[in-house]
Amino acid sequence: MPELHAFVLADGLVPDLDVASWVNAGLGWLLDTFRPVFVLLRDVLAWGVGALEVAFAGPPFWVIVIAFTLIALATTGWKFALFTAFAFLFIESMGHFEATMLSLALVLVAALLSVVLGVPLGILAAKNAAASAAVRPLLDFMQTMPAFVYLLLAVLFFRIGVVPGVIASLLFSMPPAVRLTELGIRQVDPEVVEAAHAFGARPREVLTGVQLPLAMPSIMAGVNQVIMLALSMVVIAGMAGAGGLGGIIVEGITRLQFGRGFEGGLAVVILAIFLDRVTATLGSDQRSGRGLFPSLRRSEGLSTAP
Amino acid sequence: MNPHIRVEHLYKVFGPRPQRALQAAHDGADRAEIQQRFGNVLAVDDVSFEVGRGELFVVMGLSGSGKSTVVRMLNHLIEPTAGSVEIDGQRVEDLEPAGLRRLRAQKMSMVFQHFALFPHRTVGQNAAYGLAVQGVDEPERSRRAGQALETVGLSGWADRYADELSGGMQQRVGLARALATDADILLMDEPFSALDPLIRRDMQDLLVKLQSEMHRTIVFITHDLNEAMRLGDRICVLKDGRVVQIGTGPEIIGDPANDYVAEFVADVDRSRVLTADLAMREPRRSFTPDAGPREVLDWLDEQEFNGVYVLGDDRRVLGVARDDRLARGIREGAAAIGDLLTQDYARASADTLLSDLAGLAAQHTVPIAVLDDDGRLLGVVPRARLLAALAGEEAHVDA
Repeated sequence: MPELHAFVLADGLVPDLDVASWVNAGLGWLLDTFRPVFVLLRDVLAWGVGALEVAFAGPPFWVIVIAFTLIALATTGWKFALFTAFAFLFIESMGHFEATMLSLALVLVAALLSVVLGVPLGILAAKNAAASAAVRPLLDFMQTMPAFVYLLLAVLFFRIGVVPGVIASLLFSMPPAVRLTELGIRQVDPEVVEAAHAFGARPREVLTGVQLPLAMPSIMAGVNQVIMLALSMVVIAGMAGAGGLGGIIVEGITRLQFGRGFEGGLAVVILAIFLDRVTATLGSDQRSGRGLFPSLRRSEGLSTAP
Repeated sequence: MNPHIRVEHLYKVFGPRPQRALQAAHDGADRAEIQQRFGNVLAVDDVSFEVGRGELFVVMGLSGSGKSTVVRMLNHLIEPTAGSVEIDGQRVEDLEPAGLRRLRAQKMSMVFQHFALFPHRTVGQNAAYGLAVQGVDEPERSRRAGQALETVGLSGWADRYADELSGGMQQRVGLARALATDADILLMDEPFSALDPLIRRDMQDLLVKLQSEMHRTIVFITHDLNEAMRLGDRICVLKDGRVVQIGTGPEIIGDPANDYVAEFVADVDRSRVLTADLAMREPRRSFTPDAGPREVLDWLDEQEFNGVYVLGDDRRVLGVARDDRLARGIREGAAAIGDLLTQDYARASADTLLSDLAGLAAQHTVPIAVLDDDGRLLGVVPRARLLAALAGEEAHVDA
């Protein structure tokens, strides 16, 4: 309604804000000023994903399938191991094994960065009320901003390729790492924390010896969420030329090859099930901190003989 | 002797801008007034006390009395708003963070109401926690933790996790954790409140036994007056953050500082607190062994008594002159009561609990004799007087 538009402007009731051009100007300045930083970041991330891709896609496929099967066996059980073996052989049969491994590398790099950045932020938020108050709206913003916008942003800074995919996945998947770390630490029984202080423990010892181990189930639930969210960005990352399964699906869409797109989708589902089940068991032990490596935990401690 | 712990004019105000509320408290405002005027909570209001070395000092009060805050200010888990805490003459307020941590690690350990065990560590690791914090090396650490566990009766449980243990056993672990560091001060914040009554009784017995061997300085928090009376060498009664009375159990029961304390102690099991010296009195009359049987029997008849104590030199009890024996003696022509005495009477010492006297009183016709270590008569406890003392009346009954 151009008339109404003109009327409002004429009346001067609502100022005409050109947010888009401000953002563009700001981004332009950022790009110009920190270009070397972005270039370095891009190289490092590309190298990281590349290295993982080589690790996963380099060896013959059956080596990887066996390795994944063993992981499934160790973390979950023989039924799931059986599923894993057949599922990844199925991906190979469809001819998408290499693409799947590239996507896996992308997801793992993004998830790793999310956790490395998100967990300390969560710790800070748990310790400091002001930090918590500042972080919460930021996380809300990050989670509700449509994922495509991240991709656009990432492409702007890092050009086409796998790196914008990693960055977009990182931004999209980080909030649960922060939130669940903060929640986990805040949920630790205050009397237990008090006990650690009462015996003269340093703040750092209280954090690493008591709070983090007891928050571990919650943090691990966060890690699981992070991985799943990062995986959900794989397809969108395909639009930025990240390749992998996203590339296959985008190709299927643009060339109207529904079958091909469906194959890529199936591979994503299999990868999702595998990652979810494997990471879900990490934090499931109630007596957190001894779920991962019980034998290790025991031997580091006392073998108290009276 | 210098006190081990000295607490002077301790205040704690919770909430923002505590200083205004503190000033008002100094000027005499009470907790309700401060809550209303400033919205702050005056948790602890001018608390002072001293705890001697080896003393078991009980801080007693209902919930909200500030007792848990007081104990946490001793090791500065909660910073006092004003006042000072001295441990061995060292002001805790003056300590650097590192010094405070050393104090907590080496001098004072703590036992918590809900045990506060580390669920991700084994029983042995829990018991060794204080030592691990101090950097004690492994073989030594397990040895001392194992010793502490043995002391509380948990040897053989070191490799279990805390949640595999019952509540009473978990608190034993809590106690072992506190004992393992050999700290000479134990802070115990309602340690037995969360336990079943029978288990609580066991734990109290355990603490009494340990304390008789170890003689640590213990600050024990409780809301249970019977527990306070049973354990405490002295008891500090708190109400609304203020000290109402400090004294031994019998002092508090016998001479409550105000109606609040009096009402509080009305429910206590007096027989387990009060001792024979509080119920005894001088015998109405005693005789020497050379008195004549007729004279004694006449007196007994007049007083409607069955027997009377016969004392030798320096009040040593020779026996009881009982009416039936005296009557037989008169028939047989005895000249003095010295040969007619019976040893069938009940003996107690000054610190015998009234609950133990009750059993004795039922078996004998003459009042219970309270003797000192050399067998001298300190006084007697007639049955009526014992019952009056148990009933909580002022012990002036004429019996």
